[in-house]
Amino acid sequence: MSYTKRNDGRKFDETRPIEAKAGVIKRADGSAYFKIGKTAAYAAVYGPREIHPKFLQNPKNGKLRCFYNMMPFSSMGDRVRPGANRRAKEIAMVTEKALLPVVDLTEFPNSVVDVFIELPQTDAGTRCAGICAASMALADAGIPMRGMVAAVSMGRVDDKLVVDLDYSEESYEKGTVADIPIAIVSGTGEVSLLQMDGELSRDELKQAIETVKKACSKIDKIQRDALKKKYEVKNE
Amino acid sequence: MNNQQKDHILNFLEKGIRFDGRKLDEYRKIKVEKGFSENAEGSARVTIGDTIVLAGVKLSVEEPYSDTPDEGTMMINAELMPLSSSDFEPGPPAIQAIELARVVDRGIRESGAIDRKKLCIKKEEKVWSVIVDICTVNDDGNLFDASALAVVAALQDTKMPSYNGKVVDYKKKTKEALPLNLKKIPISCTVSKIKNYFIVDPTPEEEEKVEARLTVEVEEDGTLCALQKGGDKPLTAEDIDKMVGIGIEKSKELRKFL
Repeated sequence: MSYTKRNDGRKFDETRPIEAKAGVIKRADGSAYFKIGKTAAYAAVYGPREIHPKFLQNPKNGKLRCFYNMMPFSSMGDRVRPGANRRAKEIAMVTEKALLPVVDLTEFPNSVVDVFIELPQTDAGTRCAGICAASMALADAGIPMRGMVAAVSMGRVDDKLVVDLDYSEESYEKGTVADIPIAIVSGTGEVSLLQMDGELSRDELKQAIETVKKACSKIDKIQRDALKKKYEVKNE
Repeated sequence: MNNQQKDHILNFLEKGIRFDGRKLDEYRKIKVEKGFSENAEGSARVTIGDTIVLAGVKLSVEEPYSDTPDEGTMMINAELMPLSSSDFEPGPPAIQAIELARVVDRGIRESGAIDRKKLCIKKEEKVWSVIVDICTVNDDGNLFDASALAVVAALQDTKMPSYNGKVVDYKKKTKEALPLNLKKIPISCTVSKIKNYFIVDPTPEEEEKVEARLTVEVEEDGTLCALQKGGDKPLTAEDIDKMVGIGIEKSKELRKFL
């Protein structure tokens, strides 16, 4: 049996519907909301601000610090216990690395830019949604950036490569599944996040990256449009 | 906040209005949206002005406490998330979050708004456990009232998942609502004192000037079900009576948003 039709009827290279909004958290220096299918992420940026404890200061460069958290009621079934677990810490780290190539903090030595990602509802693809929201929030905060970062997960469900797995595909039981979250830097097309669990051939990986690039250029446009919308001058 | 801003707030209060143009007993625009989440058994998003608070309900089947063998259990937890204000830091709940959660918890518990006896599945063995988590998304003041409203709205939004006596099937929500005593549902109104003025729904700028606050939780018939005094300065008995009066009056307005 091969995976011939997606559970929700999408095309194999089609993401779930996306909703993006910039400037949703007034108290933050920059913020965004990014929803893809039923997975939703808020991101807020605070800084550049002073970093504590002091030994973390770097006189040559500012520091980018990311936090990732699922709200306790965000997932189907069991409550997520509050507090950072191993998974959250690793995702925070790879998120940081995914965003770092576009963020230029040389003008802010000894300081930190904090990015907080919070997920109110999850249905797979949370780290990618978080990265998309964080990239927008950094731009909204006016942090010097060389470009934007868009991310989406690629997957192999049985014999098919598909874009943006939802939870029902991630837990597909009639065949094997590989989950490959990928982030793409706008403009250069470089890959700043790449993880995989599952089994995959070298050719499939090549194809996966090419497909993700196309999906990410669409996401990039949605991110930019949302940012422009916040700053557009309304003619009345 | 600089001194000029502080003076500004006080100068306006002397003229009988707030620095943002509101009356002393006027709330900002309130919005309650139920059911933002499909994964939680119940959820609500409350905005008061620019303050945004989410509350979500998770249900599970647990053993009852030995002193209440025929009652379901409940817990309310609050996360003052660093995303919502530069004053909040990552890490275990700080004392402000603990106070917030406990005050909201008391209102729900003591009013009997949740009929906990009806949450008993089998005496001494299995009961429903109700956990409500409060998550702040933007702190623009008055997290107490916004959180309490969000929790109550999320409880009203809750649908029991299907349970076959062994496992809970979270994907199958039944049409059955959480057993609530609707008349007992508490509304929280926090009245703050600055000099000799009493205000409701303070912004963070005003909260910095607040000398004392009193959170008043009120049932539909005006019965008080929880109180919490905060702030560094004491209150006189007359102050308290006035503040409770404002709280009862305002709770009627807030109740309409449920």
